[in-house]
Amino acid sequence: MKTIKLLSLSFIALLTFSACSNDDDAPELINQEEVITTLNVYLTPEGGTEILAFSYNDLDADGLNPEKTTTPLSANTTYTGRVEFLNKLEDPAEDITVEVREEGDEHQVFYLPSTSLDLTTTYLDNDVDGNPIGIEFMLETRNASSGILTFILIHDGNKFAAGASEGILSDSVGGETDIETTFDVSIE
Amino acid sequence: MFQKFSLLFFILFVSPYIFAQDCDFSISGQIIDIHDNTPLQGAVISIGGTNTVSYSNENGYYEFNDLCKGELTLKVTHPYCKTEAKTIRLKEDRKINFRLEHHLEELNEVLLKGKLYNTNLNSSISNQIKTEELERFSSTSLGEALESISGVSTLNTGSSIVKPIIQGLHSSRVLIINDNVRLHDQQWGEDHAPNVDINSAANVMVIKGASALKYGGDAIAGVIVVEPRKAPIKDTLMGKTILTGASNGRGGTLSSSLIKSNLSGFNYRIQGSLKRLGDLKAPDYQLTNTGQRENNLSLGLGLNKIDYGIDFSYKLTNSEIGILRAAHIGNARDLVNSINRQEPFYIEDFSYSIDNPKQEVTHQIFKLNTFKKLKNIGEASLQYSFQNNDRLEFDVRRGGRSNIAAMDMNLKTHTLLAQLEWTQIRDFNTEFGIELNAQTNFSDPSTGVKRLIPDYDMYSAGIFATSIFELNENWKIDAGIRYDFSKINADKFYALSRWRNLNYNQLYPQFEVEEFGNQILTNPIFDYHNISGTVGATHIFENDWKLISNLSSASRAPNPSELFSEGLHHSLATIELGDLRLGSEQSLKVGIELQGEIDNFGFSLQPYYNYIDDFIILEPEGIETTIRGSFPVYAYRQTDARLFGIDVSASYTYRNFDWLSNFAYVNGTDIDRDTALINMPPLNLSNTLTYRKAEWNNFYLSVNSKFVAEQHLFPDNNFTTDIVNTTTGNFEEVLVDISTPPEAYHLLNFRSGVQFDLNSNKLSIDIIINNVLNTSYRDYLNRLRFYADEVGTNAMLQLKFNY
Repeated sequence: MKTIKLLSLSFIALLTFSACSNDDDAPELINQEEVITTLNVYLTPEGGTEILAFSYNDLDADGLNPEKTTTPLSANTTYTGRVEFLNKLEDPAEDITVEVREEGDEHQVFYLPSTSLDLTTTYLDNDVDGNPIGIEFMLETRNASSGILTFILIHDGNKFAAGASEGILSDSVGGETDIETTFDVSIE
Repeated sequence: MFQKFSLLFFILFVSPYIFAQDCDFSISGQIIDIHDNTPLQGAVISIGGTNTVSYSNENGYYEFNDLCKGELTLKVTHPYCKTEAKTIRLKEDRKINFRLEHHLEELNEVLLKGKLYNTNLNSSISNQIKTEELERFSSTSLGEALESISGVSTLNTGSSIVKPIIQGLHSSRVLIINDNVRLHDQQWGEDHAPNVDINSAANVMVIKGASALKYGGDAIAGVIVVEPRKAPIKDTLMGKTILTGASNGRGGTLSSSLIKSNLSGFNYRIQGSLKRLGDLKAPDYQLTNTGQRENNLSLGLGLNKIDYGIDFSYKLTNSEIGILRAAHIGNARDLVNSINRQEPFYIEDFSYSIDNPKQEVTHQIFKLNTFKKLKNIGEASLQYSFQNNDRLEFDVRRGGRSNIAAMDMNLKTHTLLAQLEWTQIRDFNTEFGIELNAQTNFSDPSTGVKRLIPDYDMYSAGIFATSIFELNENWKIDAGIRYDFSKINADKFYALSRWRNLNYNQLYPQFEVEEFGNQILTNPIFDYHNISGTVGATHIFENDWKLISNLSSASRAPNPSELFSEGLHHSLATIELGDLRLGSEQSLKVGIELQGEIDNFGFSLQPYYNYIDDFIILEPEGIETTIRGSFPVYAYRQTDARLFGIDVSASYTYRNFDWLSNFAYVNGTDIDRDTALINMPPLNLSNTLTYRKAEWNNFYLSVNSKFVAEQHLFPDNNFTTDIVNTTTGNFEEVLVDISTPPEAYHLLNFRSGVQFDLNSNKLSIDIIINNVLNTSYRDYLNRLRFYADEVGTNAMLQLKFNY
């Protein structure tokens, strides 16, 4: 009998436990802080006004339905460019570019035009070590052509690797990829 | 005392009948403590009806010579052990081992049914590791210790996160029972090591299959039972301290335990261990950020009377484990680069600091247990346990967020276990039990990272009955059945696009709660009913060989990770997606064990066949391209699977030498697709040759050779994806080889030691050298095998002091 009493007592105890648990509380919505949902590349032709040349938007941050926009570039033109990273999951959108600039010695943006695309890029900014970050750059187009242009943001790579400061992303740069997005580009 | 009197009674007053016939037979064997497998010295073995008596020596051995043919009863008594007896019909030389229960509980029962070697557990196919063997692993982990059993391998993440694999299966399919509490420590994760301090264990048993129903019905692979050192009922103070220093990692472990017990049955126990290791080293380079720290504590307080008892215990394990820095990558291109690079990208000088990525895990177990002997029934016991598991995972993050965990999960589990052992009918032992569980998982939203596992509440109830029936001295049969019910109630945010993409808006509209922008809050609720069972028979041959056969069926409901996980795994650059549509998987496993001895040669053969209906597997489903680049997407699928294999161990003793060999082979197939199952342990063979010289302070020297073959049976999960060639800027189609297992390897390990008696204390000094030849190799079952070699030579010096 004693055992049965003890058992029933424990059942009651367990029921009390479960009754106390707060399963009615809905969990808090997480607005992901660190995610980059948006890459914007702005270009300003010499003497002209700034245009949003390339834009990648993935508002779910899961890659299911991204929006990509791209604007044709003019041949034989020198553009001043800047890259912007946004987290639109936050309201208002968080400007991740600020973080990337602050931690400039851990980050670098690489611009990789495909062989058929006739353009070159040059870095215009520096981190504390004098290595480029790549948020500000110069883009020079030559003859009319088309191809793809890839933007890669590397975190914690070796920024002193040979060629890295000229924008060559070799294997010795290593690190991990925070952004890798490709746009179809035409120079007209 | 009573046994001694009864023994005296036998010797003095019972005059023997002597038959004038063949009288040149012998009986010999060993007396072993059932709890930690140590030999028992000073046990008195007598033959009923005669005044023939033998005492077990320091190695537990006893021997009778010149015995006559016919029926006789052997009785074994030992202080603080319950007496055992066994009746046999002698017609040839026999070897009979006894395992005594080092408990006073049953002192009042003088003559009990004989319990032979290993037969305390129905027809389970099982293996054990002794205390002495466990101590060797003081500075490593439970997983590594278990690997010394044939048929047990490990699934590793680097070299410090080690999960046991039993006959090809792991994680949620392996139940870990620590001091009679089933561990609930987010065991579903492949990179979640079991939270058990190896130093707190006195005995570890691996049960291969679902035959131990009292521990759970979902042991598709098996059960690992970890038992701490028990307090005897006598006035004593027992202590042990082990100090291990390791060259690889430049650190070590300090472990100490103390048990104070009284004749009144009152006892208290304290045990603790500290581990500090820095970066480990592979033969050719430092493995940056692979240090670890561990702080473990266990406390116990109990009162153990003969017919009732109560015991409270508390266990804390706290660990901080660094994950190889180079294994944290961004996308498929990084993965390809890592595979091609052949050595890790981040190699820095040795350091003790543990940086991101890392894990910080704290597990606590509170347990209150009570038992009572009930007259004319047997024994009833009731146990309540509470487990609190905190898991923090730190990632390499941007914007000064590295100090904020990327994953912060808390899992609380309450368990109530009531059991009744009914032993009233002679030779018929039955156990009934009820288990109730309430579990809550909470993921802290302040991480700012999407929850990998959502908040949920889970309630489960299990009920079981098992029976063992001894037909006669040679045959024993057993059977058991268990039913489990579980209900899981989760609150999960899905990205709206994902919810629709998986078609859940059509399948589960009733779960939708509210939309928040591009996220949707859902409330999935699922019920699962699971039935498991076991039948088996144990036969002991005239020559003392033993044949065990067991048929068991386990049933496992999908775990929260399989149902809900959604996120990016940085170590393999994969997106993993759970599936709400999963149902339970059900296994049917046949296991057989034949064990025996021929002179100095001993062997054990354990073949098995495991068929699993609706086996849940994770496999690549496609490629998703996000802003970070491309990733393979892994999703869960159910299939029918079968595994078969054999575990063999053999030993041979010649003079001062003994040789031990372990072999294991497993073959797993996905029947629906007719492909191999992933992560099946490759064929492996381990041979150990030991030289012992008791006269030289118990000196021993042993050399171990471990061979692991290349796994040729693996699923082709390779994928091709367009990756930008960073030199030309053009897309190139690249084959990402994540399937091909590494080559076979062979390791040599060395061990030697001596033991000194200092008054009543004992001091042991051991030298252990693993991977003596500093061989570079990679292991198929290491999730980080794409990034770095395994550790090189590790020399350890171990001092053990018993007092």
